[in-house]
Amino acid sequence: MDTEMITLEINGKTVEVPKGTSILNAAKAAHIKIPTLCYHPDLKAGASCGICVVRQLVPSRNPADNGKLVPSPKLLRACCTEATPGMHILTHDPDIVQVRKTVLELILANHPNDCLQCPRSGRCELQSLAADFGIRENPFPKEVLHHEPDTSTPSIVLYPDKCIKCGRCAEVCQEMQNVWALEFIGRGEKTVMQPAAGVPLAESPCIKCGQCSAHCPVGAIYENDETAKVWSALQDPEKTCLVQIAPAVRVAVGEAFGMKPGELTTGKIYAALRMIGFDKVFDTNFSADVTIMEEGTEFIKRFTEQKDLPLLTSCCPAWTDWMEKYAPDFTENFSSAKSPQQMLSALCKSYWAEKNGVDPKNIHVTSIMPCTAKKYEISRDENMSASGYQDTDVVLTTRELARMIKAAGIDFNDLPEEKADDLLGAYTGAGTIFGVTGGVMEAALRTAYCLITGEAQPPSIDFQAVRGMDGVKVATIDIKGTKVNIAVAHQMGNVEKIINEIREDRKNGVKPRYDFIEVMACRGGCIGGGGQPCLATDEVRAQRTAGIYTDDEKCTLRMSHLNPEVTALYKDYLDGKTGAQGGEKAHHLLHTKYQKRDVYHFEA
Amino acid sequence: MAKLTLADLRKMREEKQKAMEMRDASNKDVQVIVGMGTCGIAAGAKDTFTALVNAINDKGLTNVLIRQTGCMGLCHSEPTVEVVVPGMPTVIYGNVDAATAKSLVEKHIVGHQLIDDKILDRPSIDIIKNA
Amino acid sequence: MAYESYVLVCGGTACCSSGGSAVVEAFKKELEAAGLKDKVQVVVTGCLGFCEQGPIVKILPQGTFYVQVKAEDVKEIVAEHLVKGRVVQRLCYDPAQAKKLVAEANIPFYQKQYRIVLRNCGIIDPEKIEDYIARDGYKAIEKVLFEMTPEQVVEEILKSGLRGRGGAGFPTGMKWKFAQQQPKGQKYMVCNADEGDPGAYMDRSTLEGDPHSILEAMTIAGYAIGASKGFIYIRAEYPLAIERLQIAIKQAHELGLLGDDILGSGFSFDIELRFGAGAFVCGEETALLQSIEGNRGMPRPRPPFPAVKGLWERPTVINNVETLANIPVIINKGADWFNKIGTATTKGTKVFALTGKVNNSGLIEVPMGTTLREIIFDIGGGIRGGHQFKAAQTGGPSGGIIPPQFLDTPIDYESLAKIGSIMGSGGLIVMDETDCVVDVARFYLDFTVDESCGKCAPCRIGGRKLLNYLNKITDGRGTEQDIKDMQAICDAMNKASLCGLGQTASNPVRSTLRYFMDEYMEHIKDKKCRAGKCSKLILYKIDPAKCKGCTLCARKCPANAITGTVKQPHVIDPAKCIKCGQCELNCKFGAISHG
Repeated sequence: MDTEMITLEINGKTVEVPKGTSILNAAKAAHIKIPTLCYHPDLKAGASCGICVVRQLVPSRNPADNGKLVPSPKLLRACCTEATPGMHILTHDPDIVQVRKTVLELILANHPNDCLQCPRSGRCELQSLAADFGIRENPFPKEVLHHEPDTSTPSIVLYPDKCIKCGRCAEVCQEMQNVWALEFIGRGEKTVMQPAAGVPLAESPCIKCGQCSAHCPVGAIYENDETAKVWSALQDPEKTCLVQIAPAVRVAVGEAFGMKPGELTTGKIYAALRMIGFDKVFDTNFSADVTIMEEGTEFIKRFTEQKDLPLLTSCCPAWTDWMEKYAPDFTENFSSAKSPQQMLSALCKSYWAEKNGVDPKNIHVTSIMPCTAKKYEISRDENMSASGYQDTDVVLTTRELARMIKAAGIDFNDLPEEKADDLLGAYTGAGTIFGVTGGVMEAALRTAYCLITGEAQPPSIDFQAVRGMDGVKVATIDIKGTKVNIAVAHQMGNVEKIINEIREDRKNGVKPRYDFIEVMACRGGCIGGGGQPCLATDEVRAQRTAGIYTDDEKCTLRMSHLNPEVTALYKDYLDGKTGAQGGEKAHHLLHTKYQKRDVYHFEA
Repeated sequence: MAKLTLADLRKMREEKQKAMEMRDASNKDVQVIVGMGTCGIAAGAKDTFTALVNAINDKGLTNVLIRQTGCMGLCHSEPTVEVVVPGMPTVIYGNVDAATAKSLVEKHIVGHQLIDDKILDRPSIDIIKNA
Repeated sequence: MAYESYVLVCGGTACCSSGGSAVVEAFKKELEAAGLKDKVQVVVTGCLGFCEQGPIVKILPQGTFYVQVKAEDVKEIVAEHLVKGRVVQRLCYDPAQAKKLVAEANIPFYQKQYRIVLRNCGIIDPEKIEDYIARDGYKAIEKVLFEMTPEQVVEEILKSGLRGRGGAGFPTGMKWKFAQQQPKGQKYMVCNADEGDPGAYMDRSTLEGDPHSILEAMTIAGYAIGASKGFIYIRAEYPLAIERLQIAIKQAHELGLLGDDILGSGFSFDIELRFGAGAFVCGEETALLQSIEGNRGMPRPRPPFPAVKGLWERPTVINNVETLANIPVIINKGADWFNKIGTATTKGTKVFALTGKVNNSGLIEVPMGTTLREIIFDIGGGIRGGHQFKAAQTGGPSGGIIPPQFLDTPIDYESLAKIGSIMGSGGLIVMDETDCVVDVARFYLDFTVDESCGKCAPCRIGGRKLLNYLNKITDGRGTEQDIKDMQAICDAMNKASLCGLGQTASNPVRSTLRYFMDEYMEHIKDKKCRAGKCSKLILYKIDPAKCKGCTLCARKCPANAITGTVKQPHVIDPAKCIKCGQCELNCKFGAISHG
């Protein structure tokens, strides 16, 4: 389909853009940067802050001017106004610059002077704008309306004093994620971004995905920082400190050290963690391979019996929380397999503890995740303490890891590449692709193909149909005649559609149209997680994704069932059986249950 | 009433217009109209209305039609009451409380005497360039 | 005792000064002498509106109009007209001599008005559909449905020159045309009855007094633009208007004037009421649409305009109540009749809620082009209590203050904009020298800060900062830099706010700074409020020359601010004084004053 192109003039420069482009993006095409604050490319233009104002040249109303173009006294917002053919735009003149400056000064006048103590210092969009505008002193008296922070969830902190009411978090939570936990509550200067009726986040529909914190331009929403707990454990001589890192962390943590998104830093991370003081360094990609064993056999069992289909992946705790609240009619469809994080932690305090003669009581497991929901997952129910103790002690997000590395005085960029420790550190390419949307599905298909057909590997080890940024990807996979219908969805806002399709099939009494569904709550999958470095856009997500697939290609082994450490685990510890195959130990350590939860659950 | 056709509507309009001209609303040739917009009600027009009805009943008057209307615009002197008696000037009275209402019936309607100090006056059709 | 005739003598100022009261006395004397005291009542009326020919006498029931009546003429009038029933020709009003068309105005309040929108208010019973029908109600809909095409209806409204009465003044016909030109499909017609300006009640009175006019107008609009559904968004604070509308809608349904197949024309249109919940911002059209959709009432950027993409993304026309009230009349009497009323750019009439320090406060309707002076002094009867006119405020919290030098400004959209105000929805507040303009600006900002939806920074934060500065100035703590800072904020709010609320919220500040800068400076430099309004700037003083030291004031003072020994002059401590005025009230020696 041919996109219609239109021509307009910006600051005297002619530029050609597709019809429907905003003035802001048309200016970008002309290499002109119009300052913005509330605008985010992921979202519909909110048009709230008033920074992106520009001026249009319009035909003069003075008959003597003969329709000559003159600057209009009115300003319009570049982010939401569509560029029209033949438009003439002026992006900077002394009046426009003064208006923008006054608007920014007003925002700063209501913002705390907390930069030095703020978690966003150095990566704050308001701070950058103030620096770009050269604000040196503020004519307006400071007035910060105080509102108590919300620390009710283990994952996210809402800090309203710093909020600039850009509205991104509400748009993200409502339209992108379809969770509806945040909204503009109150009116005027008394507005606070919070759940309806001002209930604490923990009592609201919040699924802790952290996308609000990932989109917040300032330090008004951020991850619950638990680095102090980890420092404390590291200093405790009684404790053996184990650590695992998720796939998505290795392609993003470098961004905090000036690297490009997508640069693989796996070896450096292992080195840094050892320098910080961890006793053993493991990799969640290992247990991702274990998850494929558990979930792969589970799928084959259900598919053969044609029971409890579709199978829904359950490694994403934000997704399971959404399901428990909004779609409890699907609890039986979830894979009972735990997430890789939880599997690995359980194995640390059982398998590894036994093999190394360490009392699990003294083992401390830290998990580095791109995810804020994982902080909630670790104490979600009693299955998360399968080892007899809470399996995962602390979850740190990628952002917290970056801060820890800096606080430890480590020169990250200069570190040598090291390897993970034995037993729970080796991984195949299938494990690492868990970090992107479609990755869990692809990993499962690679192994399922082999298990079903008995062949050494599928005709193509890459399953392109499940890759990419489309919100919902649907395909039929042909496993030597057996047709498996799959669907892959990412970004919670895209998921309800598939759920409703299955509901419709159920109502009509027909076989569900999908056999196997993978859901990741965050756009792009875990690489776009709520705990990843801020300022992510689709461009950044694409780069991180490319890094993951590179990691996959570099692996010698690219299918989970070929991982020797996985084989050893089952042989030496799990009686050679997965949970679906009747393995009791596997079932106890590596499986869990789901329940119905209230969308709003008020604690009296 | 059943739904109107075009012809029905025109007929209804004609009949009602004639009726208003002849003031032939069931033999009631005297009209008392009380302004019942929110400003009037806030100033006590409902009490005024009740007082007027009581006074009319007490005097046993059968030729008086009392009805309500919206805001007359004379908000500074609410409650306002318009009195139409054939043969007398049509008048709008202002600040008509319950006591004045009683005297309005006695003096103006029965006694055919204008209550001088309460007169505001009327937006008569002949003075307002009407739509 | 029943009077048979009535002598109405004009008691207007002009007639009084030309001998009117002598005429009254003469009538009383002559009627007594003729034994007609009990048969003829003499009444002094308000101005009969024919001042050049005064004193005026009107005799009823005949309706005879005598002009230039002198006390000496009364005997003849009594003898000839009242006793014998013969009109005194020489004194009779002769139309040929009149310089202008006589309107038998009784009081000037009505004399200069032209009630089109309010044509039925105060005349019909709003709860009787037959009353409305009898006064040419539902006549326009006949013409529209059976004799006109939708395009012709739009053309007629365009030709009339009617402009939106909600305040912005956008040509109504053009708005209808944009919506009509959108492809066929579901379209909506919305009436904005949210009337949020403090002190404005024009729409309320129209809805309470003549609800059917709006229903008819919306149906006509629906036909013109191709909409089958209408909504009236009315603020919940108008329960009587809501009740009257509900009755009217029910009655219209019963008679088939609303709903399916109206009058058998094949056109169907229905109206639903939706209530506001106390937010001024929901009077802004995009926020209003959000509210109807069940969302939070926050404005959306435009374009796209509602006529293209409005309610539920469908083409929607939103019109104000007063705009709509004009529609049936324009259809009935024609655009050419309508566009002869008013000025070159602004046609028709405007309803104003004339309030404040005038004698005749109330709801008025005047042709566009009427001057402020005529409204305030002729219709309004001038400033009450013998005070002086200081300024008028039009347009509510979005409007500007108008000083005396502009009293002869004709009312139309462009002229008001030129002097820094706006037409607005029709609030017109008159102020005298006891009103402080800084306090007025502060009052309006207090309102807009509370009502700001909070979405955009310039309005949410800028409004609050302006209010803080104004509070500072009225408290006596203002500085000259504050003025400069306020001007910068006003500019940013005006240019960078998302919606009309924020864009115009700074108008009261801008216009008061423009015309009353010296009053601001007095507050700032002299710590003085010349109107005596800003309590922190009022100083109560005891004149030692007059003070007898009786100690009464000190005993009355609730703040213990007065000190002094018996028989010695007392002193008020301004720091403790709460400006209650008890001391001044009680002093028997006139020794205490404030200013």
